[in-house]
Amino acid sequence: MPICFEPSENTVVAQAHYHRIAVEQMRPLSRRYDDDEHALPVEWVDWYWQHGRVGPGRIGVEGDGFVQVCAQAEELCWGDAGLYLRMPTPALGGSAVAAAGTDEQKRRFLSRFRADEGRPIWGAMAITEPQAGSDAAAIQTSAALEGEEWVLNGTKIFCTAGEGASSVEGGFVVVWATVDRSAGRGGIKSFVVPAGTPGMKLVGLEKKLGIRASDTATLVFENCRVPRANLLGSAEVKKQAEGKAGDKGFKGAMATFDASRPIVAAMAVGVGRAALDLLLELLEREGVRPRYDAAPAEQSAVERDLIEMQAELQAARLLTWRAAAMMNRGRPNNLEASMAKAKAGLAVTRITQKAVELLGPAGYSKKLLLEKWMRDAKINDIYEGTQQINQLIVARRILDYPSSLLR
Amino acid sequence: MIGFDPDDEQQLIIDTVRQFASAQIRPRARDCDEAGKLPEEVLSQAHELGLVANALPEDCGGSGARSAVTGCLVAEELAWGDLSIAVAVLSPALVAFPLLDCGSAAQRAERLPRYAERRFRPGALAVVEPEFRRDAFRPATEALRRGQDFELSGRKCLVPWLEGDDVVVVSASCEGRAELFLVPRDARGLAAARERNLGLQALPTAELELRSVRVPASARLAGESGSDLAALVTRGRVALSALGVGVARAAFELARDYAKQRETFGAPIATRQSIAFKLADMAIEIDAARLLTWEAAWRLDQGLPALREATLALQQVRRIALEVCDGALQVFGGHGYTREYLPELLLRNARGLAVCEALALV
Repeated sequence: MPICFEPSENTVVAQAHYHRIAVEQMRPLSRRYDDDEHALPVEWVDWYWQHGRVGPGRIGVEGDGFVQVCAQAEELCWGDAGLYLRMPTPALGGSAVAAAGTDEQKRRFLSRFRADEGRPIWGAMAITEPQAGSDAAAIQTSAALEGEEWVLNGTKIFCTAGEGASSVEGGFVVVWATVDRSAGRGGIKSFVVPAGTPGMKLVGLEKKLGIRASDTATLVFENCRVPRANLLGSAEVKKQAEGKAGDKGFKGAMATFDASRPIVAAMAVGVGRAALDLLLELLEREGVRPRYDAAPAEQSAVERDLIEMQAELQAARLLTWRAAAMMNRGRPNNLEASMAKAKAGLAVTRITQKAVELLGPAGYSKKLLLEKWMRDAKINDIYEGTQQINQLIVARRILDYPSSLLR
Repeated sequence: MIGFDPDDEQQLIIDTVRQFASAQIRPRARDCDEAGKLPEEVLSQAHELGLVANALPEDCGGSGARSAVTGCLVAEELAWGDLSIAVAVLSPALVAFPLLDCGSAAQRAERLPRYAERRFRPGALAVVEPEFRRDAFRPATEALRRGQDFELSGRKCLVPWLEGDDVVVVSASCEGRAELFLVPRDARGLAAARERNLGLQALPTAELELRSVRVPASARLAGESGSDLAALVTRGRVALSALGVGVARAAFELARDYAKQRETFGAPIATRQSIAFKLADMAIEIDAARLLTWEAAWRLDQGLPALREATLALQQVRRIALEVCDGALQVFGGHGYTREYLPELLLRNARGLAVCEALALV
């Protein structure tokens, strides 16, 4: 699309729609479900299932596509990033099914999320293990074919929405497992494990710095059996590092991250904006507002900080939208998505930490949500690709280096 | 609809200017900096590309294609070649655009066509003042009314001062209002002294001293809304941002290419995380700064207020241009410190972005 910074009408309507949800449904619950870490935020979950899935109306035809999706995620995370992650949706598990599943699998696993009745259900993705985070190819959870069933064994940690997705019937967890360790990443496949499947056990929930309303689960798989038809994509194990087109295994799963990365970056922008909006509002009440035409010698330190923070946030937002806009045209955006995530994670970490500093004791106090947003912000530097991994991806791309040359 | 892709025409402009910068500008950057002189023939050739003239109205000899976004695309490519030469090439805008935006019909008719003529005619703009308490929006330089005339007194610096034109646009405060004046370069009471600066050495710049310089009422840019210094400074910030992105990109590419071939301990230094991550951070910051610049430029083209966005963009560019140039010098190691390689030149030039308040070149 030609250079243009005006969101389409659909986006504007969507932003207003989700902002209202953030204000009315999320913010009033923020403090309680941050304090009460492992409680299910029933008011939010039920409201979202009954009223939130509908979405804003569409006006006209032309929209901003994935940019709009990012803008929506930003609004909801401006509301509460933890509650956002607790939403009853297919989430990353759904993205995996959408990316690698057959039409039949998509119908089987995703249709209940659009149903009119029924209760809230969740989807999740389980990849990380105690010894394997950034190095996703080193996972050890195994999948062995026995007759018409896959048998999974292993332990997954840091599974977002893992409690809901593993226990509430109708939901599912997409589990990465290897069918052949010797094949490295070529042996890694994704398996859909429906909620309640025997052999999948929720053994714990993390106690976290932030996003406490999100259920971050440890799941143990002990002879967990799923039907053969629950494998996403092809069962073929390719010994070569790069699969051919059509292999939906490891590469397809990693491609899911290229698609989700801009949205995660947008989530970070939402948290950063929450902090910045509050900071500007409270400073305004004290008669402090940034002047954009102040003489350099007259500019206060606070003004300088405010200008820098706003610039950093907008930079993160524009990089995110650029990566998202590329998805609208189906253009590979591995570099741009990683740039966006790297920048957003770092920028909002700094913005929220600086905001607490600038507000002094008030920023530090639990009377305001600002300290919570600082805690919520930090995860964006880490999950869905750490800061360092994203820097590594960017570095490889700009240097045109394969992974063997730059570790 | 949100979009980030230059259209076909803009891409053609980018390609053309990039090719020109690569072939004609970049190879001369070092020698011109050492000599403190601009390459005249390059300025003439660049003028033929019509980069500034195209933005002028058709009845003045231009194409009426004024776009801050396109201006930023051009500025980035030129600055990628060399910042001093870029400013020189675009300098006609320093007079032409204030005339276009703030001049009366008579002022425009009289002067604008000169910047679309065959001969390259540089421009001069005096808005930066040397005092510590300088304020681009509220100049200390004063314009006192003397009957129908004005009397200007004050000091200006970092004024691009190329031979080939006879006026300089000067900002001054008159009865509390910021105004712009077309002052003849040879006016009585106006003294120009060539500056020597840390960077931008190939670009002749002057420090001006105005002592009761008398100009007629017709010298004041007095279109329908009169002088709008704030708008000019806003545009100037956008232009500086675009130039800075170009300088930063030049530094980054040099560092990247050097790191891929320079070996230590048996492998290119680009394979070391400390270098690779440094380069990655540079690339991210450059892309981010460019998008902020484009947003401010786009707002200018839409007639929207753009001071905030221009300020955000310039704040980032000032920081990252320096960090990238410094980082590039670092990647070059000892060689980076010598004048055999470009990073030190880029660093010295990049620092100029922080002290130049506004160069309204887009």
